[in-house]
Amino acid sequence: MADTQQKPTATTPPPKQGQRSWIAEFYGSALGKKYAMAITGIVLLAYVVVHMIGNLKLYQGPEEINAYAEWLRQIAYPALPEEGGLWIFRVVLGGSVLIHIHAAYALWLDNRRKRPAKYEKRDYVAVNFANRTMRWTGIIIALFIIFHVADLTLGATNPDFDHADVYGNIVASFSDPLIAGIYIVANLALGFHIFHGAWSLFQTMGWNNRRFNHWRRYLAVALAVVVVVGNVSFPLAVLTGVVS
Amino acid sequence: MDLTLRVWRQPSPDAPGSFETYPAEDIDEHASLLEMLDIVNDRLTEQGVEPIAFDSDCREGICGTCGVMVDGKAHGPMENTAACQVHLFNYRDGDTITLEPWRARGFPLRKDLIVDRSAFDEIISAGGYVSVNTGSAPEANLTPVDKGTADLAFDAAACIGCGACVAACPNGAAHLFTSAKLSQLNMLPQGQPERYARTQRMVTIMEEYFGSCTNYGECQAACPQDISIDFIAMMNKDYRKSKFRNRRAS
Ligand code: FES
Repeated sequence: MADTQQKPTATTPPPKQGQRSWIAEFYGSALGKKYAMAITGIVLLAYVVVHMIGNLKLYQGPEEINAYAEWLRQIAYPALPEEGGLWIFRVVLGGSVLIHIHAAYALWLDNRRKRPAKYEKRDYVAVNFANRTMRWTGIIIALFIIFHVADLTLGATNPDFDHADVYGNIVASFSDPLIAGIYIVANLALGFHIFHGAWSLFQTMGWNNRRFNHWRRYLAVALAVVVVVGNVSFPLAVLTGVVS
Repeated sequence: MDLTLRVWRQPSPDAPGSFETYPAEDIDEHASLLEMLDIVNDRLTEQGVEPIAFDSDCREGICGTCGVMVDGKAHGPMENTAACQVHLFNYRDGDTITLEPWRARGFPLRKDLIVDRSAFDEIISAGGYVSVNTGSAPEANLTPVDKGTADLAFDAAACIGCGACVAACPNGAAHLFTSAKLSQLNMLPQGQPERYARTQRMVTIMEEYFGSCTNYGECQAACPQDISIDFIAMMNKDYRKSKFRNRRAS
């Protein structure tokens, strides 16, 4: 316990300037990693919201959502090759996910080092379920992204997968209660992750104004609820036969 | 009133420590937690037991010397109160009170309930001051400060540097302390010339000893001076700006 605590030795070297690029230098600090997490978090959050809204076309029927999927492949066509725009999004999003995870992992390691001994008794006052479970909901989401891409982009779970028939693929997948269950659980995890993340990013970015601070909570709740309700409604709609 | 104490005893930084149980009987309910420890220590000394080592100085909540985890809460059960100001009438007869030292990498344990908080001094030496040429004192009213800013800077300046924020933070982070010490200067005109250099230097030392912020808000809840995590957001913003400015300068 306490005997594992050590006196930090270093007399600090002065911050090295101009040797590494400033962005590497910035990312090298913990606050810089937090910024990276906040910025990639904003990118991913924006994507998640747009993704959910786009998928609402499921309720308009097969033609609408299949046409929407086709349009996604044609973004910026013919300036870019077919699916070119889509690939730019994929690279940016994938990169954001990787940076987000790397920063989170590095900070987690460092924080463990900085709090080596546990209290025998600890009575938390301010923490909530969402922020205590960020790393677990994060892991669930990361695994879910892999599953989701395999399921509805690559068609690994569906022998009759047809790239042109997004509607049919969704109905086929969500008709399996197990798959639908995975989507529901993962989106609940996502909701908690957004609930803390969307609030937290304002602190990290330094967007703080006492007149508007209470709105940050409302916004986080609204985003979490909108995303979860929208996304969970899809598997439920298929399971209950509203969409078939 | 009669209480039972469970106290972390550790004779030296490297020796193993453990919890010991001591009776604290027949103590006036108007005694503070620390006065109770004084009484218990007198009795222990009479019995030939090494008294419990703990820090304190002013005993009126203004110096920040005292600091101990009381039943898993920094400075005990009361809000905005330092341990020296927690009185026993907040407890019931027969209660057991657990006392643990602050635990964080940046606060190595010295003895029993005493930790070494000199990492805080290092953060301050890195920039928690305003450089002025000595000489006659400047005319105070030459530098107007609006009331809102002055009040906010004063809220930050209320930090007594006790370390409860670090103790309460699950990451052992010192963001609340550092941001308060930064904001009290960075918000005022006198602090402007060194603003970004100060921010960068103090944050660098802070990160060397302490963890990073995950926005739990435990520090704010534990702070005896009710310092707001708004200051942490201000520090984050100034640190980001410092990176841009210093880049331009170099
Ligand atoms: S002894 Fe000074 S604040 Fe408690």
